[in-house]
Amino acid sequence: MTSTIPIAPAVSVAPISGATVELAGVVKSFGAHRALNSIDLSIKPGEFVALLGPSGCGKTTALRALSGLEGVDEGRILIDGVDVAQVPTNKRDIGMVFQSYSLFPHMTALENVEFGLRMRRVAAAERRDRAVEALDMVGLGTFGERFAHQLSGGQQQRVALARALVTRPRVLLLDEPLSALDAKVRVQLRDEIRRIQTELGITTVFVTHDQEEALAVADRVAVMREGVIEQIGTPEQLYASPSTAFVADFVGLSNRLAGEVVGGKVSVQGSTLELLGEPLGDGPVTAYVRPEDIVFAKTGIEATVVSSSFLGSLRRTTLRLTDNALLSVQHEVEARFAPGEVVHVKLKGAPVSAVPRT
Amino acid sequence: MTRDLARRHSPAPGLLTRWVILGLIGVLFALPILSMVEFTLRGGLEGGYTIDRWVTVFTGQLGPEYRQLWVAIGNSLLLAVVTVAIMLVLLVPTMILVHLSFPRLRRVLEFVCLIPISIPAIVLVVGLAPVYGVISRAAGSGVWTLAFAYGILVLPYAYRAIQANLDSVDVKTLSEAARSLGANWLTVMFRVIVPNLRRGLLAASFIAVAVVLGEFTVASLLNRVNLQTALLIVNKADPYIAAIFALLSLLFAFLLLLVIGRVGSAPRKGAQ
Repeated sequence: MTSTIPIAPAVSVAPISGATVELAGVVKSFGAHRALNSIDLSIKPGEFVALLGPSGCGKTTALRALSGLEGVDEGRILIDGVDVAQVPTNKRDIGMVFQSYSLFPHMTALENVEFGLRMRRVAAAERRDRAVEALDMVGLGTFGERFAHQLSGGQQQRVALARALVTRPRVLLLDEPLSALDAKVRVQLRDEIRRIQTELGITTVFVTHDQEEALAVADRVAVMREGVIEQIGTPEQLYASPSTAFVADFVGLSNRLAGEVVGGKVSVQGSTLELLGEPLGDGPVTAYVRPEDIVFAKTGIEATVVSSSFLGSLRRTTLRLTDNALLSVQHEVEARFAPGEVVHVKLKGAPVSAVPRT
Repeated sequence: MTRDLARRHSPAPGLLTRWVILGLIGVLFALPILSMVEFTLRGGLEGGYTIDRWVTVFTGQLGPEYRQLWVAIGNSLLLAVVTVAIMLVLLVPTMILVHLSFPRLRRVLEFVCLIPISIPAIVLVVGLAPVYGVISRAAGSGVWTLAFAYGILVLPYAYRAIQANLDSVDVKTLSEAARSLGANWLTVMFRVIVPNLRRGLLAASFIAVAVVLGEFTVASLLNRVNLQTALLIVNKADPYIAAIFALLSLLFAFLLLLVIGRVGSAPRKGAQ
C-alpha cells in the first residue's frame, strides 16, 4: 500500500450537462422532530453548493431527501424541472459518495466502479473502458485490481467518487465524504473534488459541518440550522455580511462583544460600527467582531495577553479585556506577545452583525 | 528476564498447565468414542478382536434387515437440505429486512429465534403434533415435511451465525450505495448483501445440517424415520453395527465443523 497519493493526470473527460436542482417547501419529520422545516433551495446547472451546519441541523436529511434514500412529507424535489419526490433512489440518476467507506468489499476497485454501468446494462468492453477512465480521473488508474481493504481511506473515497461519476449522473451528492480522513488527505481530496467537479461541470451538493471546507470549495454555501436554511450565498457574502448572528458565529471565527445599538448603529468598546443584516432597535446587543477586524495600537482598549498561537502564515493572540471578556486578534507573524503582557487594541471599524442581548 | 517477569505476571496459565487441561478434556471426550471403537472391534463371545463388521459395512454386505438404515440416511440428508433451504429463504431475508428497515424489531426477532433452544423438544412435539395433522392434510405426510419443525429447531444457531456476520458488515451503507448506483432491491440483495454474508450463511447452513443429522426426539415422537431413530432400531438388532454408524455420523459432523472453522478463518478473496 502506498502512503502517498499520486497526483491525478489531467484526463479529458467529456463534460456532463449539469441539471438544475430545486427543493421547494420540503418538509421531513422524524416523529415529533422536524428535521426539515420547509426547505427552499435552487441550484443552477453545474453549480457546487455546500450545505453547512452543526450536527442535527438537517443537512444530511436534505441530501438524503434529494437522493431518495429518505422520503419527504411535503414539498417538491425537482431535477431538471421534473418532480422526483416519488421516484425511488435507483431511478433518480444521481451519484453519491458517503461519509463511511462504502466500497463493496467483495469486489475490486474496478468492479466497484463498473457496478453502476452494469446496472445500466452497458456492454462489457465499454464498461471496462469507462471504469478505467474514471479511475484515471481520480488518479488511481493502476489500483483497479485492489480490494477496499488494500486501499487507504483517501484512496477508498477516491474510488467511491469515480464510482459515483462513471455513470455520468445528473447530480453528484457528497455526504461528508472527507470527515473520516486525516487533515492533509482531506485538503488534498477536497481540492481534487472541486477540480473534477469544475472539469465535468456536474451539479454538486456537498454536505459538511466544517465551515472551512465549505467556504473553500463551494460556489454557494447554504448555512442550515434546526431544519431551515438560515442564509445562502457565496462564501464571501457569508463571511463579510452574515445575515444572522448564527451565521456570523458559525462561519469563520467571531469575537462576541457587548455593545449598544443607538440609532441603527452599534457602539462597541468605544467604537461606533455599521450594522449588518436586519436593522435592530435601540438597546443592548452582542456584536460579532472578526479577529482580523481588530488591530494592535498604542492606545485604545486595554487588554492582557492570555495566549498566542502560531498558525503558519499568521498568528492569533487571545486577550482578556478589563471586563474579563476574551478577544481573539489575528495579526502578522512578526508581532509576538508574551502571556501577561498588557497591550492596547482598537476595532478597525468594519461592519458587524449583532443580536439583542436579553 | 523481562519474559520471565511477563510470564509471572500474566494471568494465563503456563504451558504445562495448558497441556494438562487440554489433555484432561481430551481424555474426557475421547473415552466414550474410543470405547465405541473398541466395542465395534470385539470378537463377541469368543473374545479377541476382529474388523469383520467394519468390512461388512464398507463392502455393502449388510443384510436386507438394514435397508431401513440406508433409507433413514437418505431421509436425514433430504431433511438437512430442505431445512437449510427453509432457513435461507425465510430467515435470511427477514434478518436483512429487520437490520435495514426495522432496527427496533431486532430484539424481538432475536428473542423469537432463541426461544427454541429454551423449549425441550418433547414440549415442542406436543405442540407440533396437531400442527402436523394440518400439514399432512395440506402437504401430505412426506418425510420432508419434518423439515418445518427442524427449520424452527435450527433458528437459534443460524440466527447467531448470521447476525454476527451482519454486524461486521456495514450493510446499510453498502445497500444505499448500490441503490444510488441504480440497483433495485433484488440486485442489492444478491449482488451486494449476500456475497458479503457468505461466511455467516455457510456457517449457519453447516450448523443446521449438523443439528438435523443429530436430531432424534422430534422424529421419534412424530413417528418419522431419520438417521437417529433408525440407529436406535438397529441397535436393538445388532448393537455393533449401530455403533459403527454412530461413529460414522460423528465423523461426518466433525468434518462439517472443521469446514465451518476453515470457512470462518479463511482469508478473504484477494487478501495479501
